[in-house]
Amino acid sequence: MTFWNEGDAIADQAAPDGPIETRWERRKFEAKLVNPANRRKLSVIVIGTGLAGGSAAATLAEAGYKVRSYCYQDSPRRAHSIAAQGGINAAKNYRNDGDSTYRLFYDTVKGGDFRARESNVYRLAEVSANIIDQCVAQGVPFAREYGGLLDNRSFGGTQVSRTFYARGQTGQQLLLGAYQAMERQIGLGNIEMFARHEMLELVIVDGKARGVVVRDLVTGEISTDLADAVVLASGGYGNVFFLSTNAMGCNVTASWRAHRKGALFANPCYTQIHPTCIPESGSHQSKLTLMSESLRNDGRVWVPKVGTDKRAPGDIPEDERDYYLERIYPSFGNLVPRDIASRAAKNVCDEGRGVGPGGLGVYLDFADAIERLGQPAVEAKYGNLFEMYQRITGDDPYETPMRIYPAVHYTMGGLWVDYDLQSTIPGLFVVGEANFSDHGANRLGASALMQGLADGYFVLPYTLANYLASSSHDTISPDHEQVVAARRQVEERLEKLLSINGDRTVDSFHRELGHIMWEYCGMERTEEGLSKAISLIRGLREEFWTRVKVPGTGEQLNQNLEKAGRVADFLELGELMCIDALHRGESAGGHFRAESQTPDGEALRHDDEFSYVGAWEFTGTGQAPTLHKEQLEFEYVHPSTRSYK
Amino acid sequence: MDIQVRVWRQAGPSDKGKMVTYDVKDISPDASFLEMLDVLNENLILSGDEPVAFDHDCREGICGACGMMINGVAHGPEKATTTCQLHMRHFNDGDTIDVEPWRAAPFPVIKDLVVNRGAFDRIIQAGGYITAPTGTAPEAHSTPVPKPDADLAFEAATCIGCGACVAACPNGSSMLFTAAKVAHLGLMPQGQPERATRVVDMLEAQDDAGFGGCTNMGECTTVCPKGIPLTLIGRLNADYRKSVRGN
Amino acid sequence: MPKVQGKRRPRGVRSSIALKILMAVTGLLLVGFLYVHMIGNLKIFFGAETFDHYAHWLRTIGTPLLPQDWYLWIQRAVLTFAVIGHITAAVILARRAGKARPVKYAHRPKVQGSYAARTMRWGGVIVLLFIIYHILDLTTGTLNPNGKPGEVYANVAADFAPSRWYVTLFYTLSIVAVGFHLRHGLWSAARTLGQQRPHGEKIARAVALVLSVVLVVGYLSVPFAVLIGLVD
Repeated sequence: MTFWNEGDAIADQAAPDGPIETRWERRKFEAKLVNPANRRKLSVIVIGTGLAGGSAAATLAEAGYKVRSYCYQDSPRRAHSIAAQGGINAAKNYRNDGDSTYRLFYDTVKGGDFRARESNVYRLAEVSANIIDQCVAQGVPFAREYGGLLDNRSFGGTQVSRTFYARGQTGQQLLLGAYQAMERQIGLGNIEMFARHEMLELVIVDGKARGVVVRDLVTGEISTDLADAVVLASGGYGNVFFLSTNAMGCNVTASWRAHRKGALFANPCYTQIHPTCIPESGSHQSKLTLMSESLRNDGRVWVPKVGTDKRAPGDIPEDERDYYLERIYPSFGNLVPRDIASRAAKNVCDEGRGVGPGGLGVYLDFADAIERLGQPAVEAKYGNLFEMYQRITGDDPYETPMRIYPAVHYTMGGLWVDYDLQSTIPGLFVVGEANFSDHGANRLGASALMQGLADGYFVLPYTLANYLASSSHDTISPDHEQVVAARRQVEERLEKLLSINGDRTVDSFHRELGHIMWEYCGMERTEEGLSKAISLIRGLREEFWTRVKVPGTGEQLNQNLEKAGRVADFLELGELMCIDALHRGESAGGHFRAESQTPDGEALRHDDEFSYVGAWEFTGTGQAPTLHKEQLEFEYVHPSTRSYK
Repeated sequence: MDIQVRVWRQAGPSDKGKMVTYDVKDISPDASFLEMLDVLNENLILSGDEPVAFDHDCREGICGACGMMINGVAHGPEKATTTCQLHMRHFNDGDTIDVEPWRAAPFPVIKDLVVNRGAFDRIIQAGGYITAPTGTAPEAHSTPVPKPDADLAFEAATCIGCGACVAACPNGSSMLFTAAKVAHLGLMPQGQPERATRVVDMLEAQDDAGFGGCTNMGECTTVCPKGIPLTLIGRLNADYRKSVRGN
Repeated sequence: MPKVQGKRRPRGVRSSIALKILMAVTGLLLVGFLYVHMIGNLKIFFGAETFDHYAHWLRTIGTPLLPQDWYLWIQRAVLTFAVIGHITAAVILARRAGKARPVKYAHRPKVQGSYAARTMRWGGVIVLLFIIYHILDLTTGTLNPNGKPGEVYANVAADFAPSRWYVTLFYTLSIVAVGFHLRHGLWSAARTLGQQRPHGEKIARAVALVLSVVLVVGYLSVPFAVLIGLVD
């Protein structure tokens, strides 16, 4: 059975060549400009108001374009970027510890397990310093030292301190900066904001993205909005796993609708699984909560040596505990990268040695740290995290060890874009987590915020202008057949969802899909498991369309109807993720194939075969998608093997 | 545990609305309050009823989407906790729990427990920003910020805009929300050029939205999930006075 | 901390915050008067002659620059304006607060703040009623059993005679109401005028409490002195 077909290779046509240090400079110079007087005649739709969408909307409006912004939340300030804790990287070298643009570039390419484009990553590193300047100018209250200058901390996967932070709420503060810049433009009339609106279809006219079909979530009204370009900043698709650290509303719909209309979807199988999350406590669980990775600096991870040991953690003597990370990775110990820590936790739980309800958890023990540093010192460092843990679990981590388990956290894959962040549909730009561009197979900590803001503040405004300047934009009538057809598609789909009136709730399907994805397309994937998952998902999808029950009508606030549409798209995306994971017969970053490991169980890449971006073309629901390969060239950072032993 | 919830049901903005009682059986004490409502909704859907609409998103206490009056207290009985982080272990088996939406004229009910908090966005639009268009920023280290100012600015900036302060205030005032933003931006050197206009403009937007005036009762800070201190309202008042007098 | 730069003309006195500042300023003025008034009251303990002399002296303040009684009338005018301003602002703000919550909560526990804070509005009404009675009683003498102009000591003594215990009770309750009103009001005024440091808040609250208690004790000492026969 063939799950996919192979199509023509693709290439990034917008990518400049020549010395990497000057590529972005040259691209900016070559980019065509739009005269300020003409900008107000051009309109841009931005979907999503997180770091990427919010910063893009504000910047484009400042430049003079007419921007219309959409988000499903009740306010643009609530986009899920707000939940990012740790920090944002920037090559400022304020610590004088040898950081540079080149080093950030190098660390990111390597951290991404050599599956990202060098040109894109270099640009990301290059603009990183501007982001900090911009955010400080907006009044983002970064942590400071007594001298009044910005503080930094170090983060996983690097040897320099380049992470800027605002306590454990960096995402919130950066987002509020972008949100305030956006609100200023809304007040000035340059952005029209549509909160509680969801994009349900992309409008393509004459091969170009020219608008969207949206649903007003309050009144249920379906309307079309036409513009000269469309920017998707709709975030990642981690919620395909049902349980993830994503917000409840995070979804793939905007991206998936674009994919169905011709935008290629790249590397969907690359998902990041974060090792330090609070484990599931029961079947009621609706989402998982992440706790900062920094806990592993002082906490020791362990499980009982034998699985049958059901004693309380305090009653298990030292010699009957297995500090497995310290045992397997003596040099990095508890500080191995995210993917490795996650997989190791899964392995010990698979052996039946997991702790807590359902056996899905490992201990993160601070007893040694408390003894060594004293409780006040531990409290000063991790007090807020301990409180959060106690609030959620009811356990006091000063008394009993925390229980942690990995959870889906970020998706590196996304819509394929070129160097200009333009998808394969002209006029459709994709920024932030929604695109696939900069993190390869694994994202380093504190790089997501950097990428979102880089795209929105500093990259898109140039490349979008180039597009707007170089293509003609006739006015499109709302009665244009393509526009009417797109709208009709949306209406029919909603009618269908409401009319099935079956006997299963949307959540029950979502939960089941999540189980399949987690089991077979989670931390460890096999050919057999993935094949099985594909057929399970197909069956579930069929069942969804015959048995789902969506109460209420379409002409009101109907949260189940919203969910149903999102889950329907997840049911298609899930299959593509499994197909991508199946075709990629190597282990790289967030994608671990059991068939491709070293004798001692570490990830094994196959650069000869898989050093490419896998970009998928939609051919029909349940049809084998077509794979287009974009070969990756490494001129500066030469692929090597990561080892943490 | 088995509990009973009395929930405000209102089909739409113009519907009159009423409290309706539901039994929720066999809830884990480890479930969050919203997960308890999820279970209720699953049951309602399967029995052919409309589920209870409520706002929620991140479910980790930072997005500010969730918020409801639980037994008359904004975000429920736990201090410094959003509704999504409130867990059922803080209730007893057999309890009856009253759940109502935020009540304030500037926050009209859309449906059930969902209200429109757009008035907060309008207050920010009026001046809750620093004008710094992209590309104009000086080097980040060119303006040091004394650590105590930076720390207090951060504390003020942790506001999540959930609206609990308004819901709890006997006057329906949004003073704590506005004060938090005025303090955050006013404490930073970058925020000085617009400091005088900001406070006046934001207060005007607050009045225009229909929020009540502050009588320094302190209900807001008691329920604030981020513990924004009441002292910031004094700061706003001082800024206002200085703005109007021009020094 | 940098200063607030520039100047912005606000919409005017109808903004909520301007009304609050008006309440704070008028409130402080009235408290100032209450203290002066209290000191005058305490002169009753120096005997009838001193007390009546003091009362007479009030009418001569400012003479000969001002004709007799003029100062007193100026003061009365200022106080009346302050009271009217205070009450008008309070009424407007209370109505706005009412409008801001058109639908009440079905389940609403008591406000968690202090008793003083949540009784500001009703406490204010009681105080107003008391002021009206008090003027009719001891200023115009209309409701006073003695009611002779100039015999201030005798009027007071007659007022709080043990047989008129209900007057003493009403007086006591009203003064306590004033005390509660000031306990929150003084601190609240400080906050409205810009008090903003956590340490300062503690001081402001303590000062408000002390001033309120002193005031209550000072005012109540007179009727109770009459009651126990210290003044007769």
